[in-house]
Amino acid sequence: MQETFFFQAMIYLAAAVVMVPVAKRLGLGSVLGYLVAGVIIGPAGLKFIGMEGQDIMHFAEFGVVMMLFVIGLELEPSRLWRLRKSIAGLGGLQVGITTVVVTGIAMLFQIGWKEALALGMIVAMSSTAIVMQTLDEKGWLKTVAGQSSFAVLLFQDLAIIPMLAIFPLLADHVGAADGHGAGSTSLVNALPAWQQAVVVLLSVAGIVVTGKYLLRPVFRVMARTGMREMFTATALLLVVGIAVLMTSVGLSPALGAFVAGVVLANSEYRHELESSIDPFKGLLLGLFFISVGSSIDFPLVASKPAVIIGLVAGLMILKMVILFVLGKIFGVRNAQNFIFSIGLSQIGEFAFVLLSFSVQEGVLGKELTDTMTAVVAISMAMTPLAMMVNEKWILTRFCLVSAGLQVQQRLSDVEEQDNPVIIAGYGHFGNTIGRFLRANGVEATVLDNDSDNVDFLRRMGQKVYFGDATRYELLDIAGAGRAQVIIIAISDEEKRLELIETVKKHFPNLHMLVRSSNRNDAYDLMNAGMMHIYRETFDTSLRLGVDALKLLGHRAHEATRMAKTFFVHDERTLKHLSSIRNDEEYIHAARKHIEELELIMQADREAVHLNALAGWDRRAEVESA
Amino acid sequence: MAKVLIQFAHPTLSKSNVQKTLENYARKVPGVTFNDLYEHYPDLFIDVKREQKLLLEHDIVIFQHPFYWYSSPPILKQWQDLVLEYNWAYGPKGYALKGKKIFNAMSCGGGRDAYASSGYNRFPVSQYLLPFNQTAFLCRMEYLPPFVVHETYTIENYELKMYGEHYASLLAALVHDDLNLAELGQVEYLNELFKE
Repeated sequence: MQETFFFQAMIYLAAAVVMVPVAKRLGLGSVLGYLVAGVIIGPAGLKFIGMEGQDIMHFAEFGVVMMLFVIGLELEPSRLWRLRKSIAGLGGLQVGITTVVVTGIAMLFQIGWKEALALGMIVAMSSTAIVMQTLDEKGWLKTVAGQSSFAVLLFQDLAIIPMLAIFPLLADHVGAADGHGAGSTSLVNALPAWQQAVVVLLSVAGIVVTGKYLLRPVFRVMARTGMREMFTATALLLVVGIAVLMTSVGLSPALGAFVAGVVLANSEYRHELESSIDPFKGLLLGLFFISVGSSIDFPLVASKPAVIIGLVAGLMILKMVILFVLGKIFGVRNAQNFIFSIGLSQIGEFAFVLLSFSVQEGVLGKELTDTMTAVVAISMAMTPLAMMVNEKWILTRFCLVSAGLQVQQRLSDVEEQDNPVIIAGYGHFGNTIGRFLRANGVEATVLDNDSDNVDFLRRMGQKVYFGDATRYELLDIAGAGRAQVIIIAISDEEKRLELIETVKKHFPNLHMLVRSSNRNDAYDLMNAGMMHIYRETFDTSLRLGVDALKLLGHRAHEATRMAKTFFVHDERTLKHLSSIRNDEEYIHAARKHIEELELIMQADREAVHLNALAGWDRRAEVESA
Repeated sequence: MAKVLIQFAHPTLSKSNVQKTLENYARKVPGVTFNDLYEHYPDLFIDVKREQKLLLEHDIVIFQHPFYWYSSPPILKQWQDLVLEYNWAYGPKGYALKGKKIFNAMSCGGGRDAYASSGYNRFPVSQYLLPFNQTAFLCRMEYLPPFVVHETYTIENYELKMYGEHYASLLAALVHDDLNLAELGQVEYLNELFKE
């Protein structure tokens, strides 16, 4: 058993590790890479996996739950509220119209209205996993197309609830209706309808209240343990717990996770949560895509290629047309509308659930179900290809704006959420910088890993996030890929060096401005290749020195110039000394520099004196003589 | 009674002999405000509101400075650029300084002979001061001839004392409105008013 598990894990991981980079290299996106990997290791290819692909798919669908949790985290309630028109309008009309049209067409093909309606509902669904993953990869999530796609997908998730309720009613033999279908692990099925509703509402309210009041102290305690894995465990427990709760009251786990995400979107732990869940989400989604690829029934396709290809093309074009028209009505611009309508044109993973459900409930026949399963899988596999075709040919041909599309949208992203500056470490040092930048209209994304400090600062109304800034994931989520400057103001010297290495490796274009504690620390930073180093007490000490000179009767301007001279000289010395850190040589050089400093200060004082005496007049007088 | 404001600009006063003496004499004259610009704004970050308020509180403004490279030290230029604002010092909505008197009191390394068409500086001091003159004109102020101490590097102590006394007398006369205005138009330097 264990060997089987490890063997399987090895196969899946190897397939992903080989295919995804290849797909990315070819510009096809990771989704297609996973799908192809699935086909290769599946029954149609190397036969490493057989029928268990379906079971793995159900397991891997948990990745979708995690994805919605993460999406929720990125969506503050206020933004969700702004999307309400798109969700209800665009989403509602898409599901409604697609269902009706597909039902109608099916009936034209002599399919009974009950089966036709079931097919209509199945086809109306799109794939959250594929669409969101692809949009995210292309950085389009915050564009109009991305937001509209998300609105539609969210509505579809809501629509699942009534659909699961309707399906049993469509069965020809009513007796099967109250069996144990996909949604029937529900504990509340036995209750009357109104009680079910109460339980559902209470569950959602429970998630909201827990998220708002209970989770913060829990996360704070977990953060204080200083053990990263405890935080990860808590985050996972949260998502899994929600999934269990939602399933037991008959709601979509993805929806519950989404609600929890939205509730936590304003929390200081948002970025840390996101970076904890992200790797699991990514792997599970990958697994999901692989299993979709492996479940494509190629013998069936080969037996009636015309029917299946016709169905895939027909349904995708139909969905696309409906989406395109709706997009136009809801003011999605041309280029964006192509991304939106082509992106959502596939039939989603939820169709698998509905299909197996409809077999159990006896809604659809076995042959129709098998055909549809193949159609759904192929349509999902076609999506990345369709989007690529869209990007390469349609966007450039039909839409004049498309050339600048990506750049333009990147810019608006920056305005909307990504700040040009990231400040890592928000103690006394960092927060002065933050306040100064803010006073000049520059917003910074702030990362700090002292949960008490974060808590306090947030109560003071600052936008600060909890997290260890040396982690690649956190930096990535904080927008390091799009920011221009990172200010490294962490007080811990080793952490600073760690962060520098991370930034150098993953975000080479990010300008680093680094705090340093003292001379020795500055040497280390220089050896790490840093150009912008700020000794935390240096400027202040000199300012104090200037005031001391003034109190002793020196002229203010002269003292200021002396300090500046000293500053420039000391920085120069620092650079020179950092290049010769060999100890013996260092001591010698340091002594030499102190002597040199005395000389230069003396020279400076004399230079001022000479300047005053040897003005142009004297020289001019000499010349005239 | 007129109130006199000295706008003093010297970046290295501690090394200066002449300007230090002039300062000491000037500070003793009642009714004179001595505004040491480099001391107030060591990094040239000028408080415009404070400076404008000072100007409004006085009737006569004196730029006292060494004559560096045929002009003033840079802080006085900075001061003009920032303080003499459009629609305050000039422009349709404001001539806040209208009618006030203004002139330069300078120490100069070269001799007076050098500032002539025959000398190595080729032009008289008044021509070098044209930008100040015109600035005053644009602000509708009355620009007076300068007070100048020449040959500062070879100056003898008794001469310096005399210059100091003349400067103090000039300031006192300005405070008490004792200057013969008709005479002002005829002199090249204000120093000449004190020559016997």
